Amino acid sequence: MSKRMVTKRSAQNKHGILIVGIGNEYRSDDAIGLHVAQSLKKQAHGYVNVIEKSGDGTAFMECWENAHTVILIDAVYSGTKPGTIHRIDAHAEPIPTNFFHYSTHAFGVAEAIELARSLNQLPGHLIVYGIEGKCFQAGVGLSLEVERAAQEVLTRILHDIHSAARPQPS
Amino acid sequence: MKSKTIKVDYLARVEGEGSLYVKIKDKSVVDVKFKIFEPPRFFEAFLRGRNFSEAPDITARICGICPIAYQMSAVHAMEDAFDVTVDGQLRALRRLIYCGEWIESHALHVYMLHAPDFLGYADAIRMAKDHPAIVQRGLQLKKTGNDIVALLGGREIHPINVRVGGFYKVPAKRDLAPLAERLKWARDAALETVRWTATLNFPDFEQDYEFVALHHPDEYPFNEGRLVSNKGLDISVRDYDDSFTEEHVQHSNALHSVIKGRGAFFVGPLARYNLNFNRLSLLAQEAARSAGLSPVCYNPFQSIIVRSVEILYACNEALRIIDQYEKPDSPSVQVQPRTGTGYGCTEAPRGILYHRYSMDDTGVILDAQIVPPTSQNQKTIENDLWQFIPKHLDLPQEMLTLQCEQAIRNYDPCISCATHFLKLRVDRE
Repeated sequence: MSKRMVTKRSAQNKHGILIVGIGNEYRSDDAIGLHVAQSLKKQAHGYVNVIEKSGDGTAFMECWENAHTVILIDAVYSGTKPGTIHRIDAHAEPIPTNFFHYSTHAFGVAEAIELARSLNQLPGHLIVYGIEGKCFQAGVGLSLEVERAAQEVLTRILHDIHSAARPQPS
Repeated sequence: MKSKTIKVDYLARVEGEGSLYVKIKDKSVVDVKFKIFEPPRFFEAFLRGRNFSEAPDITARICGICPIAYQMSAVHAMEDAFDVTVDGQLRALRRLIYCGEWIESHALHVYMLHAPDFLGYADAIRMAKDHPAIVQRGLQLKKTGNDIVALLGGREIHPINVRVGGFYKVPAKRDLAPLAERLKWARDAALETVRWTATLNFPDFEQDYEFVALHHPDEYPFNEGRLVSNKGLDISVRDYDDSFTEEHVQHSNALHSVIKGRGAFFVGPLARYNLNFNRLSLLAQEAARSAGLSPVCYNPFQSIIVRSVEILYACNEALRIIDQYEKPDSPSVQVQPRTGTGYGCTEAPRGILYHRYSMDDTGVILDAQIVPPTSQNQKTIENDLWQFIPKHLDLPQEMLTLQCEQAIRNYDPCISCATHFLKLRVDRE
């Protein structure tokens, strides 16, 4: 490995890749982001920082300040089949605000991303995984469809991490 | 006979979800319903059978924006029941963490939720494109509040360090030093916020409200005081149930609070300010006067200035507390449960939050009552729309709808606390 590559990789260390699981553990499928984040904590490498958040949008903007690549995971409700995985590259398209309809926050995930875009504060890479929820009632535990989707999302994120961590050709 | 309908299916920039229905017939408002239709979450029911020590952490879950208020009202009610007094530096730390919650909640509302109404933007995202520095200031102010809550509460959302009798862990003086540096910047930014909000345009709208807030002999109220109003109410928190009652209305899953025999009342920053102006720091009083506010303000649209004055006060107060702080010997005082009922009422960012609990001799909760500020303001919000709309019927439909939304946002309603979900619909016949 060339010296230049080593330097590049160490620059990404610690805060290089940030994974943010979002949700409310007491709102059934809304907890999916937290579940995926907890699994990733066990499987991801040391240079990946995995955190959990409740959905207050302004808090995301603070947490990703030093990250180059950010992956957000949250439950969505857009009317598609429960368990459907939506993968959005925030640099390629805006975030549909109606996706996060079930957030109780007046300023939630979609708003934070779009505000960061307005202020030129988006991280270099921002991927949002939205998993279509089935049940958002008070209670603990995921529906079967969402639980199945969690495994698939986990695999895809590990692939994203691998790609993001791979040194770019100089 | 001419009727008209204005309908907004989802009212943005409020916490939680609800709806509002307005019907206009022959240039008169004939119906206003502030509907809250999410099923209640039964917090009061599932507190029964739990230990008194669990109440602060369980009730903090009611709201992600004002968990400190729930924790504070819960611990004060428990301490009232068990005849426990928390004073000195532990009491000061409680005020400090409350300062953090006010700063973060008010900054969010002033900059992200309410300001776009005054400046003609659909949301803060569009506002940020034209006013990036202003929005950045709001975000940084909010972060300063978050930092206080995170440091004292253990984490920003649903903090876990507050307990009946004090805290689980208290900071060393040196831990607070970095906060003080950020607060000095925040105090200047808050002063700028007052000046900036004073330049906004306000609809001419004043009502004969009954304002209700805590009132303390020595300080602007957070945790303690008597419940007073501008119409003669002056009671101990313990007598809340004698003067206030909750009514069920068919169109809302949140109960409407009223003063017995008098009806609607107004809680929140404007009420606190009007009833406690001379308890504000001199800096905050001067800022308010320079902004053109008199010590009593009856225009709810100007609550955005008052919230800014309270951010300034909270920054000032936080700096004062940090300056005088010495780490207490113990993070909490001893609490011995006994049979009894306790009452707590503290000033959440949106107004008074009342808790009442009855416990058995082992400290198990037998009964709980929680009255959040948005429940208390519901009837006043409806009354404002009854009065506001007839004066603005000549406005184009879209403009009238936006102004109705703005009038609702004057109260920063937290429907998540009261229950959930806000949609707006206006019918014109």
